Amino acid sequence: MHDEAISSEQYETFDDIESTDDPLSRRGFVKLGMMLVGTAYAGAIGYPVYRYLATPVTRAAGASAVTEVALPDAQSLEAGSAMMFRFGTRPSMLIHHTDGSWACFDAVCTHLGCTVQFEPQKNRIYCACHGGVYDMKTGDAVAGPPPRGLKVYVVEVSDAEVVVSRA
Amino acid sequence: MPKSSSPVPDIPLLRTAWDYADERLGLGEVMALAAKKTVPQHKHSFWYYWGGISLFFFLVQCVTGVLLLVYYRPGPEAYESVRAITYDIEFGWLVRSAHSWSANLMVFSIFVHMFSVFFMKAYRKPREFGWWSGLGLLGLAMIFGFSGYLLPMDELAFFATKVGLEIPATMPVVGEFIGNMVRGGPDVNANTIQRFFALHVVILPALFIPLLMFHLWLVQRHGNAVPPGEEKKPASERRSIPFFPNFMAKDLAMWLLALNVLALLASLYPWQLGPEADPLAPAPVGIHPEWYFMSQFQVLKVLGEWFPGLTGEILGLAIFTGGGLLWALIPLFDTGSRFEQRARIATWIGFFALAAIAITTIWGYAALE
Ligand code: HEM
Ligand code: FES
Repeated sequence: MHDEAISSEQYETFDDIESTDDPLSRRGFVKLGMMLVGTAYAGAIGYPVYRYLATPVTRAAGASAVTEVALPDAQSLEAGSAMMFRFGTRPSMLIHHTDGSWACFDAVCTHLGCTVQFEPQKNRIYCACHGGVYDMKTGDAVAGPPPRGLKVYVVEVSDAEVVVSRA
Repeated sequence: MPKSSSPVPDIPLLRTAWDYADERLGLGEVMALAAKKTVPQHKHSFWYYWGGISLFFFLVQCVTGVLLLVYYRPGPEAYESVRAITYDIEFGWLVRSAHSWSANLMVFSIFVHMFSVFFMKAYRKPREFGWWSGLGLLGLAMIFGFSGYLLPMDELAFFATKVGLEIPATMPVVGEFIGNMVRGGPDVNANTIQRFFALHVVILPALFIPLLMFHLWLVQRHGNAVPPGEEKKPASERRSIPFFPNFMAKDLAMWLLALNVLALLASLYPWQLGPEADPLAPAPVGIHPEWYFMSQFQVLKVLGEWFPGLTGEILGLAIFTGGGLLWALIPLFDTGSRFEQRARIATWIGFFALAAIAITTIWGYAALE
């Protein structure tokens, strides 16, 4: 039904192309070849463009592959306070508690990704975005929307520095 | 209306989509127009491709230019960002190389296109506006190239821009003011980059694209002009092929060829980045502008030797302005085949212009050694 219509005079140039149902005909072969060549060109252009645009993403992935961060002089952090630093690319939080113990967490809220803050006067870690509350010693989710606790890092304190590493 | 007249493959979903759009947009009419359009076939047909080739390179400029924008930073960090594009970002060297090579190929194609149009006398009635808009496009393309050349802010970019802007600065009375306004100060500096950047990526595209649309619309309206030799032949002896799909297929084949040439040049001869510009360093020996400004550069240099002081430069400026004006007004002089004498003079003017540009350009390169 369509074939008839397509060979209407106006578009007679198309009916040769359209009437190839047999994939092994000469036309079909040429068509297939053109598709292959087209795909090759699209790949040859698309791949460098992708790598070009993706460079910072790849770099960041490399940076977040770190397993350990040394924080020189952090051992003198005042008790009852916290400091922020980058673990790879992620904001992280080192806390020196008033009882002398240390804790270190990934500071990205497990709800929707805001950066959390230490509230020493309320003895908690708080996320201002939707009111998420975490335990300041274990990082467990205590109240509000966060589905999980914060990721915990291992802390080692020496005379010259604090070293934090993946658990 | 026969819904079935569609160029899409016979796949139900595609057909439905085509019919939906066709009923609302009248795509069938456009197709019918395209089907009626023909392109003359004769021994000079080859030259009809050069407008399309220029268009192809412009599209490449838009795509690669936007890719460069992803990492390029104008202002004081310009050099560092281009250094990062060239050496740190994966395939950044290729994107930059493609943008630079395609810029040169685009200007070259426009020149070829212009001279072929000139010798086919395609500027005659009713195509005068095609000629004028085409000249506008060439002018904008050259400003594109000039402004882009500064953006990496390496040594060459710095001095080429410095020297280039001295030319309008020799204009009597207003010259100095114009030079300062363009530079954003008495010297080429970070302000100049910022201005050229705004020019290069916003103002020029905003002028170029509508002018290009106008130009293409005129081509569509009037069709291809045939050279006078063909025009004299009786209609029965003249041949033509349908624009769609025959000429378009050939056009696309040309684009593919252009793409391959560009890919080879850009990857085998990566565009270089010189040392960062240092305003206190002396100009390196052999400093020269891009090839499409070489002709003017050489004329000014020679006139400067023959007529020391400002005289030479003002004379040069007068020659360029006068020559350009004459070139633009040619459709008003050579108006049709009825004036054989004028037609011949115009052809000679064309040969003269071509020879003058070629000779001064070659001379310019020879004088660098
Ligand atoms: C919409 C169109 C365009 C955009 C968005 C664009 C954008 C850019 C950017 C961001 C740069 C700086 C990066 C670099 O220097 O490598 C640049 C440089 C350049 N552009 Fe464009 N451009 C466009 C069109 C054009 C056109 C039409 C031409 C020439 C006819 C051109 C010629 C140049 C040149 C010669 C450079 C210097 C390349 C170099 O040495 O690195 N551009 N362009
Ligand atoms: S993002 Fe932290 S509570 Fe929603």
